[in-house]
Amino acid sequence: MNILVPVKTVADPAHPARPLADGSGVDLDGIGHGLNPFDEIALEAALQLREAGQATGVLAVSVGPPSWGDGLRTALAMGADRALRVATPPHPAVPDPLTVARALAAVVRREGSRLVIAGKQSVDGEHGQTGPMLAGLLDWPQATNVARLTLTADGLEVTREVDGGLECLALPRPAVVTTELRLNRPRYASLPNILKARRKPVEEITLEALGVIPTPGREILGVTAPPMRPPGLRVASVAELLHHLEQRGLLP
Amino acid sequence: MTPLVIVRVRPGQAPDTAGLRTLGAASILAPATVLVAGRDCQACAAEFGRRQGVARVVVADHPGLDPPFPERLAPLVADCAEGHSHLLAPADSFGRALLPRVAALLGVAMASEVTAILDGQTVICPTHAGNIHTRIRLRSRPVLLTVRTHGFAAPQPRPGAPAPLDILTPAPEVIATHPGVRLLAFHPAPAGRPELSYAERVVAGGQGLEAGGDFAPIEALADQLGAAVGATRGAVDAGLAPNDWQVGQTGKIIAPRLYIGVGLSGAIQHLAGIKDAGTIVAINHDPQAPIHKAADLALVADLYQALPEMIRLLRKLEGS
Repeated sequence: MNILVPVKTVADPAHPARPLADGSGVDLDGIGHGLNPFDEIALEAALQLREAGQATGVLAVSVGPPSWGDGLRTALAMGADRALRVATPPHPAVPDPLTVARALAAVVRREGSRLVIAGKQSVDGEHGQTGPMLAGLLDWPQATNVARLTLTADGLEVTREVDGGLECLALPRPAVVTTELRLNRPRYASLPNILKARRKPVEEITLEALGVIPTPGREILGVTAPPMRPPGLRVASVAELLHHLEQRGLLP
Repeated sequence: MTPLVIVRVRPGQAPDTAGLRTLGAASILAPATVLVAGRDCQACAAEFGRRQGVARVVVADHPGLDPPFPERLAPLVADCAEGHSHLLAPADSFGRALLPRVAALLGVAMASEVTAILDGQTVICPTHAGNIHTRIRLRSRPVLLTVRTHGFAAPQPRPGAPAPLDILTPAPEVIATHPGVRLLAFHPAPAGRPELSYAERVVAGGQGLEAGGDFAPIEALADQLGAAVGATRGAVDAGLAPNDWQVGQTGKIIAPRLYIGVGLSGAIQHLAGIKDAGTIVAINHDPQAPIHKAADLALVADLYQALPEMIRLLRKLEGS
């Protein structure tokens, strides 16, 4: 069984994002980038299954601009067997989730993948759409926000982190799983593996070759910073803090 | 223009806050159809029928729709989409799993985590850990939205007769979809305090609580204040708090009137979850902790001294 892991290259999440002066997009100048942290968790889960002999190969796939090849190199360095970039048109700079999901569905069909492990969301766009959309397009069962994953003879057992607690599900394969933070701690790529990954090919294919027409269904009109809060106040004691809270009518 | 609101059903129970507030978001656009699909959902449906902003309630009551697996619910919702301008669901673990799957079946784009509806096609979605507000226009029909419900109000009860109620019998093939998906167990998070997502007051703890080994000081202050308890990702990872308490970009997004963050640094991803709080209070012994910058009221103090003192003074205030 081969596992497909969709990955996205994102701006460093430790760096607070700011809008460009003209509001046309996010100012990425001078900000580093890397694999979306949730995708690293997804990749780690796939690598662990392969190492346990439960999967034969791990394919990392990005649907996006040439610069996302960097994230795919990281995926190779972490241990993915192959990396594939589905090239998208220059506009919009980041393809919308439905286009990404359609491209991934086409790759799943080409490759005969039986399991997709995806990050639950990207830390930049935060849509959280790609996983369940892909499951819908393929008409496969889905399990989102998975914090525990075991493969059974013909399916999987998962624990999902949901509102109100933990939900344990059994589902047959093929299936789409999206990863929660606590599924694992992703490994770091070692320096020799990073160097080796530089020589490995990143395969490329176009949306067109996959028969996917980008959907013009969604348009980003502009971005702004959220309203600023007024500067805060340092208080010297618990009594002073409670005094302020009482004055603001915040105590029961 | 008629929006369709999809709500989570808990068998035999009244509507949840998320469902009512999603209706509130939809009624900004026009009176809505509410789809109540699940098992034993008559009470839930009747309550929606008594609210303002409801044009019609559609009830699909079937044991096969409990639990509300997206595999079965998505085709049912897609079948109901016809004649509706918008499909709205709450941006909680129910709506987040369901609506993108519906979008795939309908072949339309969608917007997630909506905090403001500007017009029938244009919405605002916070992105990049809440540091960016993105204006998105959706051109396909219907317009699909998951909404962050803390920013929308539940509609008031309506005067006069309730909204008409239609019965929908789910197609047998919908109920028979993916029979291999089965619930093995559900482990509920500890209850008994106000619901974190909608609480007026929240006390949240971070890894500063590791010194004492548990969340007892946080819980004691929360109970004194009648507050819900929240936690950072670090605290949940460290096993100090259950996952259901996590607040932040990857947990719950909350907007209480009062938020008190204790023993937490104020990581970007945690701040993403509290940006809409009325008053942010920080209690941390480290004067350099970023949470102090984000706070309206900052107290540099050791939590193991400050919290017991706070509880003692609050009890005194109560008594006076």
